[in-house]
Amino acid sequence: MNKVSKLTAARMESTPFGEDAQLKRNLVARHRTGSLWHALFLLALAIGIVALTALIYNILDQSFGLVALEVKVEPRELAQDGVPIEELSKEQLITLLEARVSKGVLRRLKAEQPLEQRDREELLSLVYERVVQPKVVQSWSLTDSLLKRHSVEMEAAQKYPSARLEFRSWVNPHFITQPQSSDPQLAGVRTAILGSLWTIAITILVAFPLGVGAAIYLEEYATDNALNRIIQTNINNLAGVPSIIYGMLGLAIFVRALEPFTSGALVGGVADPTTANGRTIMSAGLTLALLVLPLLIVNAQEAIRAVPNSLREAGYALGATKWQVIWHHVLPNALPGILTGTILSISRAMGETAPLIVVGASTYIVYDPHSPFSKFTTLPVQIYQWTARPQQEFRNLAAAAVIVLLVLLLTLNAAAIIMRNRFSRRMI
Amino acid sequence: MIRLNFEIPSLTLGKSTTDTLSASSEEDSYALEVRNLHVYYGDFRAVKDINLKLPKRKITAFIGPSGCGKSTLLRTFNRMNDLIPGVRVEGEILFNGYNIYAPGMDAVEVRRRIGMVFQKPNPFPKSIYENIAWGARINGYRGNMDELVEQTLRQAALWDEVKDKLHQSGLSLSGGQQQRLCIARVIAIKPEIILMDEPASALDPISTLKIEELMRQLAENYTIVVVTHNMQQAARISDYTAFLMMDEDRAGYLVEYGPTAQIFTNPREKATEDYITGRFG
Repeated sequence: MNKVSKLTAARMESTPFGEDAQLKRNLVARHRTGSLWHALFLLALAIGIVALTALIYNILDQSFGLVALEVKVEPRELAQDGVPIEELSKEQLITLLEARVSKGVLRRLKAEQPLEQRDREELLSLVYERVVQPKVVQSWSLTDSLLKRHSVEMEAAQKYPSARLEFRSWVNPHFITQPQSSDPQLAGVRTAILGSLWTIAITILVAFPLGVGAAIYLEEYATDNALNRIIQTNINNLAGVPSIIYGMLGLAIFVRALEPFTSGALVGGVADPTTANGRTIMSAGLTLALLVLPLLIVNAQEAIRAVPNSLREAGYALGATKWQVIWHHVLPNALPGILTGTILSISRAMGETAPLIVVGASTYIVYDPHSPFSKFTTLPVQIYQWTARPQQEFRNLAAAAVIVLLVLLLTLNAAAIIMRNRFSRRMI
Repeated sequence: MIRLNFEIPSLTLGKSTTDTLSASSEEDSYALEVRNLHVYYGDFRAVKDINLKLPKRKITAFIGPSGCGKSTLLRTFNRMNDLIPGVRVEGEILFNGYNIYAPGMDAVEVRRRIGMVFQKPNPFPKSIYENIAWGARINGYRGNMDELVEQTLRQAALWDEVKDKLHQSGLSLSGGQQQRLCIARVIAIKPEIILMDEPASALDPISTLKIEELMRQLAENYTIVVVTHNMQQAARISDYTAFLMMDEDRAGYLVEYGPTAQIFTNPREKATEDYITGRFG
């Protein structure tokens, strides 16, 4: 930077523009100030990138790595006549289960569904779960696993002589497709993913039309009077209200006051008898809708305001009504901007934890949510709950869930961005 | 409710009762009659005491120094000023004998019959075809749209230039073409009067010439009112010229109005002469 300004100064001095020493000094100082700010901006960017990299490193470090696995029974011992258990027939697996699993557990399993009616895959996973019973006794971070593999191996051999060391990706198909469980070996995020998707769907379905509608009113219809200015100021301020306050609001209004509706009792019976209160996906979705509404309104207003007035005048001058101008010209031209606001809102709602805990997200949900009136958990709530557990494995699971959350978020946003680009291309 | 035809507008109001029962033949020859018109922006009077009769199928030019209220006056003719908060209009503008500012008069209906072209070309960010078709469609046109588009573009002397790219964006055209597209867009809804607010001021001389030729052609069927800063342009194209000026209270008023030839060769007012000879403005 400095070099450049010196060069410029040198060049200026050699120009035939005159001998005004004061001016030259001034120019050097101006260039120096400019370079200083340039460097500061670069520094700000660098700090941001470092922070982001640290975050991603931290997550990846926890999500992958070596684990020491202890099993109660070696799968090798279960092989029959040299045939490994993976290749045993259904009948052989049933015999194996009946021989190895305690009477009580067996009775319970049979009560759930007779063993003969289950398919081979399910029986095999039962054998793993009930007979082999693998247990992670210790897990190591990705960095340690890669860089200090030798000492990790030594430590594992010393502390857990019977344990087997294997590399594990905590994000795996099992993790994504299985419901929550109290056993970190079996726990997954399916219920949380579904809960998040249901909640976001309700949030967007409610907040998008309300937000765009309010923005259209404020920008196109509202006259500039005291009342409308107060409303506008309040909307701007609401966008900055802490989310926990929306949680309290949601608890008071949706969970308590509107319980007959949010529990589903009004809408046609409660499908899940354990959900006879308002702590449902509906309440959560509506609370988050309130939360993102100001954000959506403000963004949509910006987008509508950015539509050039000449376009409106052109419409009016052709004998269009206000509504025709809004519908045919203002909205299509504002849509890309409105969708940008929607993307921000989705991201915000997707990551909210505090208001959902207040509204009553359950942390331990084993069954898939099947209607807006189901009990629910969401990914951030699940992550929060896992990080609070003392076992190291749950922290690995939390990191894995963060990756799932990020991927889900990026997917949703990508969909919105593709939509937005399609609309803006159609314009020009 | 809105039909595309040239009949007397289907206005809900009765004829305004005017004390001067002008002969019907005289009334027929005027497209617009302005009576005692004052325009206010809030408390500020921008235009005062305008009385004008605009002849049918002629081009009337408004000239005058900047800020004298030419555009404001023009925009009262199709109630475009309604869109600006705080604008108030006093007086009457009679269109086919109806006061367009009478209570209950629908501004949308007025604008459908009195179209407008703006200073900066402002085609819709849609295809050329859609630019023409949209106005007709929203006004309930049910005829053959392809025919209407072709016929309109031919009228606007644009057909040969765009017939192969009707479905490209209107914004892909050059500035002059865009402005002619905007004029075409207006004639597609078959108005009776076309208001033009400095339609060529953002264009190069050749495009300006084309617009001027087009205006002369259109004057065979339409009444055109044009605001211009360019006195040569006013002299070239207009049949009548109105000269406006700012008074001491900064309100625009009409200094002189008459046939263009007379205004430019033999003005009655000293101010007009000073202005057209370039002594000020």
